[in-house]
Amino acid sequence: MNLADIINPNNLVYEKPKLLTENTMHYCPGCSHGVVHKLLAEVILDLDIQEKTIGVSPVGCAVFAYNYIEIDWQEAAHGRAPAVATGIARCNPDKVVFTYQGDGDLASIGTAEILHACNRGENMVVIFVNNGIYGMTGGQMAPTTLLGQVTATTPNGRDAGRNGYPLKITELIAQLPGTSYVTRQSVHTPASIRKCKKAISKAFQAAIDKKGTSFVEVVSTCNMNWKMSPVKSNEWMVDNMFPFYQPGDLKDSTKADPASYTPLKN
Amino acid sequence: MAKVIGAVVVDNEECKGCGLCVVACPQDVLSQNKQVNGRGYHYSFMKNPEACIGCSNCATVCPDSCIVVYRVKIQEVRNEPVLVS
Amino acid sequence: MGELRLMKGNEVIAEAAIRCGCDGYFGYPITPQSEIMETLMDREPWNETGMVVLQAESEIASIHMVHGAAGSGKKVMTSSSSPGISLMAEGISYIAGAELPCLIVNVQRGGPGLGTIQPSQADYFQSTKGGGHGDYRLIVLAPSSVQEMNDFVETGFKLAFKYRNPAMILTDGVIGQMMEKVVLADYIPRVTDEEIDRRHGSWVTNGRKPHRERNIITSLEMDSLKMEQNNIRLQDKYAKMEEEDVLFEEVQCEDAEYLLVAFGSSARICQKAVDQCREKGIKVGLLRPITLFPFPKKPIAALAKQVKGMLVVEMNAGQMVEDVQLAAGCMIPVKHFGRMGGIIPSPAEVVEALEQKLIGG
Ligand SMILES: Cc1ncc(C[n+]2csc(CCOP(=O)(O)OP(=O)(O)O)c2C)c(N)n1
Ligand code: SF4
Ligand code: SF4
Ligand code: SF4
Ligand SMILES: [Mg+2]
Repeated sequence: MNLADIINPNNLVYEKPKLLTENTMHYCPGCSHGVVHKLLAEVILDLDIQEKTIGVSPVGCAVFAYNYIEIDWQEAAHGRAPAVATGIARCNPDKVVFTYQGDGDLASIGTAEILHACNRGENMVVIFVNNGIYGMTGGQMAPTTLLGQVTATTPNGRDAGRNGYPLKITELIAQLPGTSYVTRQSVHTPASIRKCKKAISKAFQAAIDKKGTSFVEVVSTCNMNWKMSPVKSNEWMVDNMFPFYQPGDLKDSTKADPASYTPLKN
Repeated sequence: MAKVIGAVVVDNEECKGCGLCVVACPQDVLSQNKQVNGRGYHYSFMKNPEACIGCSNCATVCPDSCIVVYRVKIQEVRNEPVLVS
Repeated sequence: MGELRLMKGNEVIAEAAIRCGCDGYFGYPITPQSEIMETLMDREPWNETGMVVLQAESEIASIHMVHGAAGSGKKVMTSSSSPGISLMAEGISYIAGAELPCLIVNVQRGGPGLGTIQPSQADYFQSTKGGGHGDYRLIVLAPSSVQEMNDFVETGFKLAFKYRNPAMILTDGVIGQMMEKVVLADYIPRVTDEEIDRRHGSWVTNGRKPHRERNIITSLEMDSLKMEQNNIRLQDKYAKMEEEDVLFEEVQCEDAEYLLVAFGSSARICQKAVDQCREKGIKVGLLRPITLFPFPKKPIAALAKQVKGMLVVEMNAGQMVEDVQLAAGCMIPVKHFGRMGGIIPSPAEVVEALEQKLIGG
């Protein structure tokens, strides 16, 4: 049997998700953002919610996320995506709203907006891409940068005395009563990607079922600013990020008895 | 005995040569081309096509969705592969 | 006909919002305008019209909630007072850049900094010249009575949707806190989602529909030539506002030899000053800009050919006076009289200033 026999539409097992646009992504080769976008496109199509989903893109490398997934998008100011999403979700309670945010966007300039949106239990999904650095602006320290990690603004490594400690914002968010599902995932291996897709799917299902805020952190790489190859970056992430940002569910009350849950009043 | 064989098609021009698919492949099928594509990237190709089992690992990890995967199950009858699905 | 009531200016803003079919209010408490959200929460419009009312964690969040909801085509608003408007500057610039309609109410207090909770008009520059970054303008309406607080809610929304541009009601603690008779507007039903799709389907982000392309709302454009085109489109829009939507009021200007120019609560004081001047035999008129942007340049230019001098009265150090001087074009003296720090000038002070700065001087 030759290649031509195998390469036949009847034998297709994997292709580019239909909800991704034809635009070539502007991300660096091997950037985690591309994988997360792909999972979002798959989940939105699987759940058949492309006509009622509104994405809110951040300021950060993913500012152009709106160029890649065939849904309505609104672009927010740096850190304000949760407030923008709140406005959309409150005034359109039957729509599915999600924010897509980096660690600088979500855990530094937008800390107030994310904590309060989660604490109010806004009915939305948050996709939090934590690459431990400010990718877009050229690799400065992020709130999530590890101690000792070299960045453009911590050339000798992050020093707690000078720069403060890395912020585990997902742990804070898991404590807020408004969140129903809080999880930390990654996209560095086929298995982790499949798991991450399940988590994103569960988060969107929770939004469809109006269960408050669901929050998916994706521990990610920024090979460009980490100054490593994409393959090396994944290894560095496993060795250095995972011990501090441990993957796994932090909270799951999506199965909780609806009677015990206070739904958002509009 | 049933056996699966697969094949992948890489979009040479969309590939950014990041190499993630190469390490994700359990069968060591893929490699980065010595040649570059129009955008200067060493695009991925099947250096070892017979070994592909169509598991989709390579396509799953590709951030730019440039791999399409095909798979067939075959039954080996007197060394003659027969298509069953 | 509408219902006659005795109400505070701030309460009227809330009542008018409910009655005009507003879809959502997002705000944060600050004196002297907290009654707006308090009245809304007390009225519980979510039971009556379905209007959303949300107390946000900050003015920053409030304006970005407005940004989001406005993007989905909803009729939404916020309110604050000066320090809070400074925090909103970021969001206002984004909303103007993304060309979305919304209403912002600024019940001004004295600044700079934390300043005072007493009334002021010192945010004239901030609201008419930008306030946030970039070349943008707000439609700015300056009410001088509780009745106009009522009327300008709907006027503000109408203009905001006509131009897809944020509109602001620029008032102050005097009118916000003052009780006056007001004829309330009749109820207008909220716009349905189907109607939003019909009217605004070309730009709203409320879920891609089978019959339309997906919509993207953004103020970002990396291509300089395109970004310049976006700016030109905004400027054309502002020029159209100046052609079509200038509002002003003239009081006893026909035979005036001197002109007072004042907006909002200062204009009320000036109206008394006009009467006092006329009793003294000085022929004074009043021009009250109602839209501070677009600014009534033409009537001021016309009056500059008639009067011997103009006195611009503001509760600030002299802001609108610059626009009046530009419009009057150096033909006659244009002077400023103002009080600051939350002090409201008296009509007698205005008369005295007019005599000193324009007649005696
Ligand atoms: C108000 C404001 N401050 C600063 C910036 C500059 N800026 C753009 S992106 C960014 C950091 C983005 O980092 P992150 O959120 O981690 O996203 P990443 O690029 O790493 O995905 C900063 C500081 C801005 N655009 N707006
Ligand atoms: S700078 Fe980093 S986060 Fe941004 S696209 Fe490149 S690799 Fe991705
Ligand atoms: S489908 Fe599986 S075996 Fe084939 S190239 Fe891809 S990863 Fe390798
Ligand atoms: S993962 Fe995709 S982009 Fe990277 S080398 Fe492989 S095919 Fe090319
Ligand atoms: Mg980052």
